[in-house]
Amino acid sequence: MNYGKEFTKGIIRENPTLVGLLGMCPTLAVTTGAFNGIGMGLSTMFVLICSNLVISLLRRVIPEQVKLPCYIVIIASFVTLIQFLVHGFVPSLYTSLGAFLELITVNCIILGRAEMFASKHNPLASVLDGAGMGLGFTLALFLMGSVREILGSGTWFGLTIPGMADHTMTLFVMPAGGFLVLGFVIAVVCALSKKKPPKQIGCASCPNAAGCSAKCEEADA
Amino acid sequence: MASTLTISPSPHVRCGRSTQSIMLLVVVALVPAIVAATVVFGPRALLLVLFCALVSILTEFVCQKLMKKPVTITDGSALLTGVLLALNLPATLPLWEAAIGCIFAVAIVKQLFGGLGCNFANPAITGRVFLLLSFANDMTTWVKPFSYRDLNWFGIFSTSDQLVDGVTGATPLVSGDASLLDLFLGSVGGSLGETSAFALLIGGVFLLCLGVISWHTPVAYLGGLAVLELIYVLATGGELSDVLYALLSGGVILGAFFMATDYVTTPITGKGKLIFGLGCAVLTFVIREFANMPEGCSFSILLMNLLTPYIDRITKTKPLGAKPAERQAKNNG
Repeated sequence: MNYGKEFTKGIIRENPTLVGLLGMCPTLAVTTGAFNGIGMGLSTMFVLICSNLVISLLRRVIPEQVKLPCYIVIIASFVTLIQFLVHGFVPSLYTSLGAFLELITVNCIILGRAEMFASKHNPLASVLDGAGMGLGFTLALFLMGSVREILGSGTWFGLTIPGMADHTMTLFVMPAGGFLVLGFVIAVVCALSKKKPPKQIGCASCPNAAGCSAKCEEADA
Repeated sequence: MASTLTISPSPHVRCGRSTQSIMLLVVVALVPAIVAATVVFGPRALLLVLFCALVSILTEFVCQKLMKKPVTITDGSALLTGVLLALNLPATLPLWEAAIGCIFAVAIVKQLFGGLGCNFANPAITGRVFLLLSFANDMTTWVKPFSYRDLNWFGIFSTSDQLVDGVTGATPLVSGDASLLDLFLGSVGGSLGETSAFALLIGGVFLLCLGVISWHTPVAYLGGLAVLELIYVLATGGELSDVLYALLSGGVILGAFFMATDYVTTPITGKGKLIFGLGCAVLTFVIREFANMPEGCSFSILLMNLLTPYIDRITKTKPLGAKPAERQAKNNG
């Protein structure tokens, strides 16, 4: 097994947020600033590494029928841990993340990695996988948070950027700006990972498919 | 014998108009409004219109070059987007902010979705909403009409001089103190194109007479809004002239004739256009009277743009002479 690859795949090539489109809720909600993005990313990374390790160790003990409740209990324990740590040591981050810190429990990246990876691989590979995925998530959130904070508030990590602070674009700290920035970051990552866009864009994910008269897919089939 | 006959699917009747001629006709129809804006707000209004048109065309050119697509800047659609967007901006908006709006409208709303004909929303409207949400302060700073006359030649083109002299806090839509005649002729504060109802109506009637736009949307939009405002005025005990005031102030006339009639982002059939116009009227009314924003014209048209595929679906024309069963099948597939 190539352990280096298990770590690096999550950073760009299989980035959980930007390629897998998992964990959209924290990605869009807490990235109004670079600091929030990093805080959320690191907290998730901690939970991801720990839960991957424990689930991997227990992968022969947990019965198939009750695996999801078991995973959630393990994940929730680590979320409680990180919640107390953040509350105690970085109270400002605790306040600004709000409910999203507790909601790491239901972040589908963590459950996804538990189900897809940790339950099938040895502890070392699982830890590396969790670290890589967590790092990819953190980088994505940091990138989005930076863009949105610089354009939307004219600051970076709370430090005022000269010349930007007078001409802020409020849209970027609004939810609409979150979607806009996410789209562009995904486009950049696709370009970086040299992924070709699909030749034929299917109708399956289009909200207007029901009302659309083009019916590209059926015509092709 | 057979070679002399041309067999082709419909349409068999063509009017000979091209995209280019339609776009240019709409731009021509906007000329009275541009002239009115220049008279009321000074040369900077004209500068803003020309600047937005230029930036939009340049953006289109650069996008199409980058995406290795055929360059279609001569079809006039980018020109129209720029002019329409400029008419939605206040005269004192800094040029770089206007440029961001133009780039957003053409590059993101239009070109990223596949260019002319594939955009899901009106680029000019989306550009305006983008600017309004981004630069809320600059976008709602209006100068008093004719304030440019007291300024020297340099002062006319710099934004800060005008702001010192002629700031008014609100459009007549908010303050409610302009006379109906002023609103009709346009000597009030506001965006370039929301001031002179008279100049906009000249352009609108011009387009209607040439058949570039159909009567459905403007009538449904303005009529629907008038009826709703009338009910509101009667319910709240206002004066009847308030109905006229609501129609003449704000951007509804510009919206009804020039924005809600865009071919790409509005329904195809007459029935669909009526639904579209009424929807715009209801949304504008609700946003104006019950939401915390003074003007809802651009938001209402944008929201209705998003509903256009569904309106098209429920107002689909039935195939002529088709039997009910076939009709059902055709409608479904």
